[in-house]
Amino acid sequence: MTDRGAAVLSAGSDLTRLTAAETAAAVAAGEISAVETTRAHLDRIAAVDERVHAFLHVDENGALSAARAVDARREAGEAMGPLAGVPLALKDVIATRGVPTTCGSRILEGWTPPYDATVVSRLRAAGVVVLGKTNMDEFAMGSSTEHSAFGPTHNPWDLDRIPGGSGGGSAAAVAAFEAPIAVGTDTGGSIRQPAAVTGTVGVKPTYGGVSRYGLVALASSLDQAGPCARTVLDAALLHETIAGHDPLDSTSIDAPTPSVVQAARAADVTGMRIGVVRQFAGEGYQPGVLQRFGEAVSVLEELGASVVEVDCPHFDYALPAYYLILPSEVSSNLARFDAMRYGLRVGDDGSRSAEEVMAATRAAGFGAEAKRRIMLGTYALSSGYYEAYYGQAQKVRTLVVRDFDAAFEQVDVLVSPTTPTTAFRIGERVDDPLAMYLADLCTIPSNLAGNASMSLPCGLSPDDGLPVGLQIIAPPLADDRLYRVGGALEEALRDRWGHLLIEEAPPL
Amino acid sequence: MPSSAEITRADVAHLARLARLSLTEAELDHFGEQLGGILAAVSRIGDLDTADVPPTSHALAITNVVREDVLRPGLTQDEALAAAPAAEEGRFRVPRILEEEA
Repeated sequence: MTDRGAAVLSAGSDLTRLTAAETAAAVAAGEISAVETTRAHLDRIAAVDERVHAFLHVDENGALSAARAVDARREAGEAMGPLAGVPLALKDVIATRGVPTTCGSRILEGWTPPYDATVVSRLRAAGVVVLGKTNMDEFAMGSSTEHSAFGPTHNPWDLDRIPGGSGGGSAAAVAAFEAPIAVGTDTGGSIRQPAAVTGTVGVKPTYGGVSRYGLVALASSLDQAGPCARTVLDAALLHETIAGHDPLDSTSIDAPTPSVVQAARAADVTGMRIGVVRQFAGEGYQPGVLQRFGEAVSVLEELGASVVEVDCPHFDYALPAYYLILPSEVSSNLARFDAMRYGLRVGDDGSRSAEEVMAATRAAGFGAEAKRRIMLGTYALSSGYYEAYYGQAQKVRTLVVRDFDAAFEQVDVLVSPTTPTTAFRIGERVDDPLAMYLADLCTIPSNLAGNASMSLPCGLSPDDGLPVGLQIIAPPLADDRLYRVGGALEEALRDRWGHLLIEEAPPL
Repeated sequence: MPSSAEITRADVAHLARLARLSLTEAELDHFGEQLGGILAAVSRIGDLDTADVPPTSHALAITNVVREDVLRPGLTQDEALAAAPAAEEGRFRVPRILEEEA
């Protein structure tokens, strides 16, 4: 993989079309300023975001002042990181000091965190310019961004379709060239499924690889922050910037971050063993998705990988297990929204008790999906049902982990379609929770096991012309394998197409 | 696994009370139907024999994470109270917690 850097720059270049690696190289070389690229992205947001609605909040002043600081550091001759001066969008689940953080919920509307998440501190220290906060399904519950209290985000490929979820805002911002990179969080597929349906790259690092400090918790045993980008190398650069041990997160892994940038540049699958998950095909899968996935697997084989089919029999039970484990953790985590210390409070007229105010506030502040999952979790954890539901789901989680362990004895990585279909239409599944949940069918097992996975574009489905994502899954702490395989596939497909898939997105 | 995944209206009302959600009549009906459907679908996990399978509650087998017990900066009182729905005399002001005497 080559850094094309300054070579692509010419007078009148559209700075929003550059990758993060190219932007950083141009800033470092003094060919453009951080303020110029930031201004270009703010202008792009102003021009298209009314239609896309990727952003909930644009921090123009904060972004320009961060960009000026980067330019001053460069002029002073300071050494800067590989993403210095690059604009970025942040999913609105990440606490950002002095910037509204809503999680797509009325209950946090107007809340301004008094501290930065560790991810944000690391980005600021690296000279990355935070443009603003992106839309999401409320508290990251959903696969379409329609469960945002502030209205849906639209897929830049077709504005009548969903951009995936929960991190549809971050994926759409990247796909619409409003930001070259973004940070998302992935609890059951919320980085990877939006990447798949928007023709972008998304990575869920190994659980514990990126600090969860300052991320509003959905399901603490499953949540993981990670990069969204238009290229595998950009994802790797962002991955290394935000990853690493954090004493403020007791579930953070105290081990070196795998060398993902090096792996993305190596982009070599020669001799690698790749397993195709047998369970992720067949009924419910769009034929065009399976066709593009199959072709991409053939490409990997041509590149020198050996491909075998791998059986993971308990993956069929991962989705139902997840929809008991996740709501159980949600019902506990969202109990913190009690109308007492921060966030919304309604009905406090002096006559109502704390419990009544709490119940009225939560009824007014949470949307339908949040309420459904809170009650589902409350049920699964209640006495008399605990063993049959939550207890059994935890045992199924063990069986899913064992399937992965057995698979990774045979192969280095697993591959599958990222999601069974391309982007569906806005409104199509919004009041049909079971249909919505199927979007995460292939992504959930990785969260249950805590391993690493990536989605990258593998073509447009011939049946509807929309992007298809290919998922790569690697064992815990082997995140570099994702980038090695993803980098190789991206390069081979780019050679074939003559450009990145995202270049085929219709102009907005 | 309970054989029936039927959720009655009274069940939903009970769950809503436990979860501190004051639901409307229409929500009680609608959620009852949807929760029943979801539970029926996820009950499939009961088909697996897990008699000898230990539960996994977390992806990482980490225990006893400790650190030095040293002072470090935290939020000031003003910062901690800045987002409170109501504050008074440096504290969070909350609605009454105890029922009044009859």
